[in-house]
Amino acid sequence: MEFLQPATWHEALEARAEHPEARPIFGGTDVMVELNFDRDRPGALLDLTRIPELSEWGEEDGMVRIGAGVSYARIIEEVGGRLPALAMASRTVGSPQIRNRGTVGGNLGTSSPAGDSLPPLYAAGAEVEVCSVRGVRRVSVEEFVRGPKRNALAGDELISAVVVPVARGPEQFSKIGTRNAMVIAVCSLAVSLDVERRKVRACIGSAGPIPIRAREAEGFIEGVLDEEGLWESRGEIGEEALGRFAELVREAARPIDDVRSTAEYRRHAVGVLARRELAWVWQEYRGGEAR
Amino acid sequence: MRLRLEVNGEVREVEGVWEGESLLYVLRERLGLYGSKNACEQGECGSCSVYLDGVLVCSCLVAAGQAEGREVVTVEGLAEGDGLHPVQEAFVEAGAVQCGFCTPGFVVATHDLLSRNPEPTDAEIREALAGNLCRCTGYEKILDAVRRAAERVRV
Ligand SMILES: Cc1cc2nc3c(=O)[nH]c(=O)nc-3n(C[C@H](O)[C@H](O)[C@H](O)COP(=O)(O)OP(=O)(O)OC[C@H]3O[C@@H](n4cnc5c(N)ncnc54)[C@H](O)[C@@H]3O)c2cc1C
Ligand code: FES
Ligand code: FES
Repeated sequence: MEFLQPATWHEALEARAEHPEARPIFGGTDVMVELNFDRDRPGALLDLTRIPELSEWGEEDGMVRIGAGVSYARIIEEVGGRLPALAMASRTVGSPQIRNRGTVGGNLGTSSPAGDSLPPLYAAGAEVEVCSVRGVRRVSVEEFVRGPKRNALAGDELISAVVVPVARGPEQFSKIGTRNAMVIAVCSLAVSLDVERRKVRACIGSAGPIPIRAREAEGFIEGVLDEEGLWESRGEIGEEALGRFAELVREAARPIDDVRSTAEYRRHAVGVLARRELAWVWQEYRGGEAR
Repeated sequence: MRLRLEVNGEVREVEGVWEGESLLYVLRERLGLYGSKNACEQGECGSCSVYLDGVLVCSCLVAAGQAEGREVVTVEGLAEGDGLHPVQEAFVEAGAVQCGFCTPGFVVATHDLLSRNPEPTDAEIREALAGNLCRCTGYEKILDAVRRAAERVRV
């Protein structure tokens, strides 16, 4: 095995192009588990932790650009005010030790359906910035994640950043697990309100082969909010509409039975999360506190 | 490959490191620092917790080469001189050490918590230590130890 340790982004892209067999590594919280258990023997490790730009984030024109190497801990501390749902999801990842090392870039690289950063990124309409010696391209996160542990990266490409619109309204993320910390999601859901554009977004995690936008539920509730003039009046969403929204989110899930849960429970839980989270974001929009 | 890093304030060099090796392996098997324990090798138990450039990490999940030129502090490096660090003392006094396997990891994680938050609530203690497993104590004594250490570190 080789250990490649480029000091600049340009060198990293050249190394990636020259060593298609290399496994990029940042926090190592996915890669090292594979190595320690002999499940992966890449020809080389391509360590990206020496490249300063990857650990930077910044805001421009209403977009937050988060370098692929920004840890969950830093997202919670530094970016949380701009991207509440991503911060909430980051807070549920592993333990302090994992959040200190793990990155959104690595979560995207792994593209697990249980990746906690993914539902908030889908709900926010995030784009993944991908680079190679051939140039830079941006792919919507929904196009980026292709299947369980599969994504749109070509052999010579690396993730440089994820670009996320600053929250345009209240957001929520909730995750079901068998304990409070250190669990992979049984299922999860991100819900966001785009107050300017009068949009509602909902994305289900860990209840399908990839995260799933609940588009019918989104369309339904947008219809209710428009027809009843609730954006203007800031009135309450009726019980029936909340219930129908939850049902549509539940129907959008494509869960399976596995060691962590039955499909039936996942479907049920996703519906419960949908109802609660919509109520929470709406309550916050109306001027109250969420919860 | 060859590795050069600072461990507990001392520059150490090691030869013949395998490229896929973890920092934990380097600490234990090449440097003879047995404080950091190897229990799960998958980030689940926290018994290998160390500081890497001042950040609490699971050393089993850090590739050795990633620590090149960096500073590592292990449980062995917390106390100054021959005495125990106040966090270590608190663990002993509270009876939070039984078999002791998890203790070094808990001590480093507690040290990290108290350096960021000298007066943690019980909920904050639980959140901060959620990545450390103990099979013996039932955790109550560990909570006691952290509360005790917090009082001591404050004075
Ligand atoms: C104990 C434990 C608990 C965990 N809990 C959670 C949890 O609650 N929720 C959750 O979502 N995940 C969890 N994880 C998984 C893991 O922490 C996350 O997926 C994390 O985001 C990975 O980030 P990383 O920087 O450590 O990635 P790495 O392990 O360094 O890399 C992960 C993958 O991404 C690729 N990669 C990394 N950076 C780049 C890049 N810049 N360009 C291209 N490819 C890249 C790597 O080649 C690899 O395939 C847990 C892991 C452990 C060990
Ligand atoms: S040995 Fe590293 S976390 Fe268990
Ligand atoms: S004291 Fe034995 S594992 Fe904690």
